[in-house]
Amino acid sequence: MKSRLAPYLQTAPSMLWLGLFFIVPLVAIVSISLMTGNSIDGYNLTWNFSVFPDALDQYSPQLGRSFLYGGISTLLALVAMYPVAYWIAFHGGRRKSLFLFLLLLPFLVSFIIRILTWQFILSDEGIVLGTLKDIGILGENAHILSTPAAVVTGLTYDALPWMALPIYVALEKIDRDLVEAAGDLYASGYQQFRRIIVPLSAPGIYAGILLVGISNIGDYLSAQILGGPSTTMIGNIIQTQYVQNGDFPVASALSLMLMMALLLCVFVYAWVFGTRTIQEYA
Amino acid sequence: MAGKGTSSDSARPVRSRPWARFVLPTYVALIMAYTLVPIAVMILYTFNKAPNQRLTFSWHGFTTEWYSKVFQVADLTQSLWHSLEVAVISSIIATALGTPAALALARRKFRGRGLIDLVVITNLTAPTVVVGASLLGFFIALSIPRGLTTILIAHVAFNVAIVIIVVQARVSGFDESLEEAAADLGAPPWVAFWKVTMPLILPGIFSAFLLSFALSIDDYIITSFVAGQTLTFPLWVAGAVKVGIPPQVFVMGTLIFVSGVLIALASLVLQRWGDHGKAETAGS
Amino acid sequence: MTQPRYSRRQVMKGAAGAALSLSLAQLIAACGLPGTRDTGWEAGYDWDAWWKKQKQNGHLNFASWPLYIDTEGGKHPSLQKFTKETGIDVTYSPVIQDNAAFFSQISPVLQNGQSIGYDLIVMSNGWQLTQLMQNRWLIPLDHSRLPNFEKYAGTVATDLAYDPHNTYCAVWQAGVTAIAYDEKQVDGPIDSIEALFDPKYKGKVGMLSDPDELGTAGLIALGIDPQTSTYSDWKKAAALLTKQRDQGIVRQYYDNSYIKALEDGDLAITQAYSGDVFQANNSGYPNLKFVIPKEGAVLWRDNSVIPYHAANPVDALEWINFYYEPEIQALIADWVNYVSPVPAAKPIIANQLDDPTVANSPLVFPSEAELARLKEYPLTETIKTHEQWVGLFDPIIQS
Repeated sequence: MKSRLAPYLQTAPSMLWLGLFFIVPLVAIVSISLMTGNSIDGYNLTWNFSVFPDALDQYSPQLGRSFLYGGISTLLALVAMYPVAYWIAFHGGRRKSLFLFLLLLPFLVSFIIRILTWQFILSDEGIVLGTLKDIGILGENAHILSTPAAVVTGLTYDALPWMALPIYVALEKIDRDLVEAAGDLYASGYQQFRRIIVPLSAPGIYAGILLVGISNIGDYLSAQILGGPSTTMIGNIIQTQYVQNGDFPVASALSLMLMMALLLCVFVYAWVFGTRTIQEYA
Repeated sequence: MAGKGTSSDSARPVRSRPWARFVLPTYVALIMAYTLVPIAVMILYTFNKAPNQRLTFSWHGFTTEWYSKVFQVADLTQSLWHSLEVAVISSIIATALGTPAALALARRKFRGRGLIDLVVITNLTAPTVVVGASLLGFFIALSIPRGLTTILIAHVAFNVAIVIIVVQARVSGFDESLEEAAADLGAPPWVAFWKVTMPLILPGIFSAFLLSFALSIDDYIITSFVAGQTLTFPLWVAGAVKVGIPPQVFVMGTLIFVSGVLIALASLVLQRWGDHGKAETAGS
Repeated sequence: MTQPRYSRRQVMKGAAGAALSLSLAQLIAACGLPGTRDTGWEAGYDWDAWWKKQKQNGHLNFASWPLYIDTEGGKHPSLQKFTKETGIDVTYSPVIQDNAAFFSQISPVLQNGQSIGYDLIVMSNGWQLTQLMQNRWLIPLDHSRLPNFEKYAGTVATDLAYDPHNTYCAVWQAGVTAIAYDEKQVDGPIDSIEALFDPKYKGKVGMLSDPDELGTAGLIALGIDPQTSTYSDWKKAAALLTKQRDQGIVRQYYDNSYIKALEDGDLAITQAYSGDVFQANNSGYPNLKFVIPKEGAVLWRDNSVIPYHAANPVDALEWINFYYEPEIQALIADWVNYVSPVPAAKPIIANQLDDPTVANSPLVFPSEAELARLKEYPLTETIKTHEQWVGLFDPIIQS
């Protein structure tokens, strides 16, 4: 166990797997993205670098929209869940695990069913819209399904538990004596919160943002099921180009650009907070 | 991930203020209710007497028909089995591969760790659509036909990183001198490992396994790329959206939900019991 | 679901072999991905001789679309009858939900020269079916074993623009893509395709997300016959459809889920397939109306075809022959309510099955005059025209 070789032997199997089925495919799509051709005659590597500016040019609205929807839903989830995580951590008392359990209940329902139920809830004549129309708040033709609002609703809902969890863990770790001490020193509740609790829970906040942001920016199921004519996200394009149209180079180029943009965010994060924190909260 | 940090110290509430006593709990209750709405909708619609064997928004009357016919959509049932099969096997493989790596990363300093950390983090943060698309490109380039095997490969690939992270987090706080002491007392390294280390890290391994299982059974995006003609539960449901979802989908969702709740409650009760017992022995 | 066990083992072997033979350098230097051209059977192959050697195996793997065969209590009476009479047992898999998606699943397998695990699949006429034929990925039908087809197939099944001699295709069912609307949400009956472009129904109009359907609707609205249309016509249609989207008229581009949206009242008017509306009428939505607009509509056909490498080709032929029997066709047509390829099934549905609504429906048994009003999709026979078409209409759908 103590030999110098041991750590390499221990890490080798998993790294081999990740190398073969994660790193190599990533490298492979670099080469695929530079190919030209079609599905009948095949694709040849022609070092066609123009695929990147071309794809960016054609699909920048969808790319931008992905970051917009991903960003809004992440922010909404943060605003919604921080107080909840805070309350459970500091005022949950003896029922803490019960509250946490309630919060995580959506995990027990399949992701796709969760999205589908929103189709029912937001239906034009449904519980929400039907009622609003009956009282006359909304016009007869108003609808939420097939609009950006529906997509963001779906994305946000899905993000709630993922956002709450790391924040809760961070809040739990805060030393209660520190908060008490601040109170004893006549810090107001607001000051206590702003000066002590928020900074100390920051790693949790950022872990939540990262976790939720990345998966929401790359999502395409919400847009596919809840979206409309102008809510296509970059994930939908990648999926259609790859699976439906068989346009591998464009799909690969878009995947790479999305990955690069997100990695940039991650590295900025790592640079600011250190890599360890991601691992602790992920 | 969840049960962490419920130490008795942090259970002591911070001095309450009015807004913390009234406003905040109301808000928390509202948000919690909100998160439960879709679950309620799912359960409600399993009882809708839907015509044409598919779910519709309008209410056609109460029925329990779909519960008695839950396994009558043959290929839906089969897709659920595929999902379970993939989730179990991929979680086992991922746990077996990831645990030794996590141990090494948590307890040893060695050249190349930084690189391994980087690979793991990139894997965790790579958008699923990119992971799926790149794997598909890889399988296409090598003319590997897609099916259950490729789904399994993909699921292990995203679960390994999860296992490494979760197990590592559990192990890093653990006191290595215990194992050394056992070795000093003449226990062979493997015995020391099994008798001393293993029991301590077992909860970590178990939670890593559960998390892998949950992620695997729920994955839609990566699977949709590498599945070929094989359908898992999420894939089947997503496909059925096009022609109408049979109520059985929500019934299965409800059954999974209910059994999940029961298992979780049982473990909560057991835990409470265990704690109680411990407290008593400590007190006596 | 779907692929039988043996091919899963093949998959494993293939995966293991490929993984071993892999090296990173090889992969990056790999100068391309192979195309599908000439990956089917060799031109000039003697299929007559081949068919003579084939025998019935007693099993059939049949891949079709959901809700596309008579169903009772989870079982399919027509298939049960078939098994009883021929001893061939059938594995029926309703796995096809989209032509392009299904094609992308089977294409790499066929390209590798392997069996896709099905002996019979149902594909709509369109680019994917054209490719299956052009790549020689389909086994030509042995018409000597299809006496019922010769005897009972109607005009819908025999006069195929894309396969004039029924070399590969036996029509399963046909259908019309036209307009459906919710009586409660529109004023008065609708008879023109212009209604899809009427700002009055802003946000309540559904269009189909299949580029073929969307593009053809644009052409028909412009009064252009899709079959003889040119690239410049396509551009005009794309401009019209883009305008329709940008004015906020289109609520969403739907796959088959448009019917749920229509039933739920989310849509007032939509592009629609004939059989769906018929089925909805019979299950509690009499307010939905289907209409073939005065400008015309497209008649499409779903075809049973035998993929190359199929393990049980004779069993597949037996089934094709069996479902062209008027009694069997009556069972199926009475349930799916699409256009039946066998006119002789009409009196059987009217009398024996006592279902005059279906028997007298012009959407199940259209008259020759009605058929003459219907149009064909534009024929895209080369990858270039296909890319032009998709390049115009895909960006409208995925904006």
